[in-house]
Formats: sequence, structure tokens, C-alpha cells
Amino acid sequence: MAARDEFMGWFKRPTPQYINITVPTEEKADRIPKDLWHRCRGCGAITLRKDFIEQMSVCPNCQRHERMRGWDRIRSLVDENSFEEMSSDLVADDPLEFEDKRKYTDYIEASRRKTGLNDSLIMGRGEMSGIPVSMAVMDFAFMGGSMGSVLGEKVTRAMELAIEENIPCITITSTGGARMQEGILSLMQMAKTSILCAMMEEKGVPFISLLTDPSTAGVMASFASLGDLIIAEPGAYIGFAGRRVIEQTIKQPLPPNFQTSEFQREHGFVDMVVPRHKMRSTIIKSIRMMQGREPWLEADDDHLIVEPVPVKA
Amino acid sequence: MASGLTFRQAPHLTQYDQMVDGNPGLPKADMTPDEKISESTTDESGSAAAKTPSSSENGASKSPAPKARKKRKATKTSSKSSGKGSAAKRTTKKSAPADEASKKATASPAPAEKGTDSAEEQALSSWDRYQLASHKDRPRTSDYLKAVFTEFMEISGDRGFRDDPAVICGMARIDARPVVVIGQEMGKEARERHLRNYGMMHPEGYRKAMRVMNLASRFKMPVVIMIDTKGAYPGTGAEERGQAEAIARNIRDMYKLKVPVVVTVIGAGASGGALGIGLGDRVLMMENSWYNVISPEGCAAILWNDPAMAPRAAEALRLTAEEVFKLGVIDEIVSEPNGGAHLDSEATFESFREAINRNLKELDKLSTQQLLLARAEKYRKMGVFRTQSSDQQT
Repeated sequence: MAARDEFMGWFKRPTPQYINITVPTEEKADRIPKDLWHRCRGCGAITLRKDFIEQMSVCPNCQRHERMRGWDRIRSLVDENSFEEMSSDLVADDPLEFEDKRKYTDYIEASRRKTGLNDSLIMGRGEMSGIPVSMAVMDFAFMGGSMGSVLGEKVTRAMELAIEENIPCITITSTGGARMQEGILSLMQMAKTSILCAMMEEKGVPFISLLTDPSTAGVMASFASLGDLIIAEPGAYIGFAGRRVIEQTIKQPLPPNFQTSEFQREHGFVDMVVPRHKMRSTIIKSIRMMQGREPWLEADDDHLIVEPVPVKA
Repeated sequence: MASGLTFRQAPHLTQYDQMVDGNPGLPKADMTPDEKISESTTDESGSAAAKTPSSSENGASKSPAPKARKKRKATKTSSKSSGKGSAAKRTTKKSAPADEASKKATASPAPAEKGTDSAEEQALSSWDRYQLASHKDRPRTSDYLKAVFTEFMEISGDRGFRDDPAVICGMARIDARPVVVIGQEMGKEARERHLRNYGMMHPEGYRKAMRVMNLASRFKMPVVIMIDTKGAYPGTGAEERGQAEAIARNIRDMYKLKVPVVVTVIGAGASGGALGIGLGDRVLMMENSWYNVISPEGCAAILWNDPAMAPRAAEALRLTAEEVFKLGVIDEIVSEPNGGAHLDSEATFESFREAINRNLKELDKLSTQQLLLARAEKYRKMGVFRTQSSDQQT
């Protein structure tokens, strides 16, 4: 680029500094107060944070779906004031007395203070178009949405609630996988939650798994992959092994679209890729159909047929 | 394209190779930061110098740094000069840490060598056990199949994509009783290990295993599973064919099996790769095996950004049979001969056979319904947490 500029500089008028409006660099973005503005990580467009959150954290310019906090996610899906949180008093214990650079208990405390949550998942009962649903929603801000004993227990309880009341279960994943600090116990949460999926299947409870950025590893290798419907947000990172691990294994770089929602849909592991502003209506329409209910009055009538794309055989 | 990638070697396995073959491998940054680990200081003191190298020094021995080597040789000669000169020579030449770990374990029944600190030597660290689990002579699935089972017939393929050689499935008899056996095979020689992909399964492997388990369920044959893997294979083909989905579905469907399932971790057991065929009514572990959510190398790379911290990670993760048992995740520890399974494989097979038979007999008493209920309850209880008012729960 530099060489080109030099060459072009021969007939290019240097731009005066005072009208040089550029996309802010990382350094400049740092100077913007963090809580006032949002700068899109994809296209660099700047939005008032308040507006950005109101638009469900989707960039108005490039439609990039930014990660959402757990409570924002719930608000974006359920009927107003219908969500009732449950089992919020569960807190991670430290059975391994784990310590790396800092103690696991300190880590938990710090995360609790930072996020205002007790663990990386919010569960409870909400209503969608008046239909009660059981929900388990992850928050990536709490230790990367990692799955420890508390998360496993809460997901299990959400599924048990769904079975007990015969209501649909919706899980929303945003996670880096199992929580290493709980060792083998976090691995066992995969078994615990997957067994409940089998029970829901047996009882005919609709189970919708919504995958958001990122959904990987232990959680993907258990309940998140077992939904009756698996819906993903556009551009989310979805896969089993991390990108870096794969690149180290095969010793070559991966294509940029590897392990995205679209990639997973093309390979047959995600049922549909739905943008955020359509998510609520998509879920409502599908649970109403699965439960044999009347059509939703507000339902849109887009015929969602996906354009075929060439897939490598 | 995918199958071509299968045989490439995962980078963390170079370490495994060094361990097994004893070749020094790629030169790494000098691992002197062992000073960080407190125990290493004892090696310098007079009495402890005779002790076999501690876990921290095992880490150091992997680097071909001459300094570390020399130091190790010195300790070796002082400790082992008494009896087996040739053996000591062999280990110094090969410098396989797994061998040292096994030496350390054998040292205790032979007090003639060093009576003073036998108590110290008896306690194997997590890292020692971790290395024992990867010992090159340790019995693997195929050895168990030959020694414990009769009439084994391998069943190949997932009837969808291909056969995954990383897992061996088939029908066999154990003491005349028909069973279905499924086991991950790491392989022994370099070539076999490549072909077996180091026991790291692809999605089709999990699907094959599930197909054979369903066959067992239909024909009322109990399922005996042997786990020996460092994880599911993290490659492009595996991702494209749905590694996560294959494991998830296996876990769910294994819960539905209408026959007893006995799972044994015979060597390594890491993450979803192990759990993908690891849900059972009884989960056993061999004494020197390990079972965890991640391998210590992986954990060290993520939490410390430094693979050399693996011994420390092994301690922190609580991955030995004893510690996993204490956490209530497994049901039984199958004893191994002193010094590890490779020293007396016959005895190992015998205790394995006994444990499997006994557990199958116990499970026979349950009806199918009771079996499923017990299975669900067993896993429902997994996990340790507390409520905010801090009364303990499990």
C-alpha cells in the first residue's frame, strides 16, 4: 500500500488533516468512553450504545451480530415482564481446590462481581406469545460461558421443568466449552444434560437449541447438538475443536468461513440460520406448530427457503 | 481430502512420541523454569540426590539441553549403581520419563535398593501416573482383546462413511458369555499408531460404536467398553462431519441402551473423546490410568500459556483414578501390579477380567427398567456446587 501511495502521490493531493475523517483505529477507539458508544468490530461503524442494545446488538451498518448479555437476550425473546428466574442461588464450589495463576474461587468471585450473575447461565420460566417455555440462557461474560457443575445442574433443571410442566425447552448457548477448573466433574455435565435430552425426546417435549457466538466444545458435544430444532445466528462460531487447535493439528490455515453458522448449516448440523430480529417469531412459530396450537396472530408469512449453495462433496 | 488429513500428527503428540520412543524430539526452550516448582529444590540436597528424579525433573529431561541431562545422569548413577547397571544405562540412553516413573513405582517393593526413602517413592505423583498411562509397553485394547476375551470378531464401519480404525468394535465372549466389546486403540509401533490415529476417533468412529452398541442392545449382549484416548480428533474432516453431534448423540443414545454397560478407562481418558463412548452403568479405571476433561498439556497451554507446566496442570486437574474416585465419578479402581500394567500384563488382565465379570454379574440382577433408572440417577447426581446460603450439596 505504501509503495502504491508513493507512486500515486505524484498526482494525489495530500488531504488536509482537519477534514481527514477516518474509521477509528484501535487506539482511537480506546479513547471513546466504553459505555457511551459502540464501535462495530466488523465494519467500524459507530452507534450510540443505548441504540445499539435496543437494536439487539446488531450493527445497523453491516448486520454483524455482536454477543449479547444473558438478560438482554431474554428480553429480546420473551413477552414483556413474563420471565421468572429460578435456581439463581446456585454458586460454583471448588471441589478440586484448583489453582493456576489465581485461585478458582477468586476467579468465581471476580466474575460474580463483574457480571452480577452467580454463574454463567440464567434459567427460568418465561412466556412467548403467551405460551409458557422453560429457558436456559448462557452469558459469555461469566468465565466464557463455561460449563461447570452449576451450569449443568441448571440446564438439567430447566429440562426437568419442561418435562414436568410439558412445556417447550429453549437453550441458548454462548460458551467456550467445559470449565477446566472443575476437571472431570465438568465433563460429567455433558452426560447429565444429554440424558435429560433423551428423556425430553421420550416425553415429546419440544426442545429448541439456539446457537449463538460462540458455541463450541463440551456444550456442543452434548445438549446443544441434541435439539429437535437447532437454530443458529448468522456468523456465529460453532464447532467442536477450537480453530487454533485444528490449525496446529493439520498444520495449515483454515478458510475464514470454517466453523461458522453457515458452514454448519451447509454441512447439515444446523437446521436454520436466523437473524436476530426474526428469532422471536421463528421460535414462536415453530413451538406453536410443534405443539399443534393455533397460528400466532402476529406471525409473518415469509417463506423461508434457503438458496442452495455449492458444497464440496 | 479428509482422509488424507487423518494421519497427520497432532502437535501435542510429539511430546507423546518422545515419551514413548524416548527420542529427544524437537529442541525446545530450556525448561529450567522448574525452579518455580517447589519440590525441585529438594533434588539438590544430599539425601534427596539419591532419589529417583522427581516429577519436575521428568519435565526437564524432555529437553535435550545438555545441562539438564548431565544433572539427571548424575542422579541416576548414584541411585541405581547398586544393582542393575545395564538397566540404568538403558534408561539414560533412552531417557524415557515413563520408564522412570515406572522405576519409581517398582522401587518400593525392592527395598534393597534404597530403604530410607521408600515411603516417598511409593507415592506416585499425578504426572508419574499420567506418564505410566502412556508407557510404550502398556497393554492396549488389542492386548486386552487377545488376553481376556475369546472368539472376538471385529465389526467394521459406520455404514455411512467409512471404518474408523481408532476404535475397535466387535462381538466376543468373556468366560463363555457373549458380549459386545468396544475399545479405543492407540497402537504401539509408530506405523500402527499412525494408522490408528493415536486412538483419536473421527465422527464415523463414534457412529460405528453406537451402531454396534445398538446391536448389543437388540440382542441382549452386555457392552464392555475400553477407553484409551487423548481426545476426539480435531481435524477439518472431523468438523465437517460433525464431531460434536456424533459425540452428543452417542452420549444420549448410550443412556437408552437396554443392556448393562461397563466402561473401563485403561490408559488415557480425555474430554468428549472419551465420554463419547464412556457412559455406563459402571465406570472403572485402571490404577494408573487418567480421566479428565482435558489433557494436562492442553490445560497448561490454555491456562499457563506454557506446555512445560503440564506436570503442574496434572496435579491441579486431579486426573488419577484415586482422585476421580474421590469425586464420585467412577465406581471402582482396578488394581495393577506394582510399577504399572506393563510389568506384569498377565496380572493386569486377570484383575480386569475379574472386575468385568463381577460387575456384569451385579448388573444382571437389575431389570431393564431398573438399569435405566439407576443409570439416569447415577449421572443426575454428578456435580458439586453450593447454594448461596452455603449449605453443601452434591
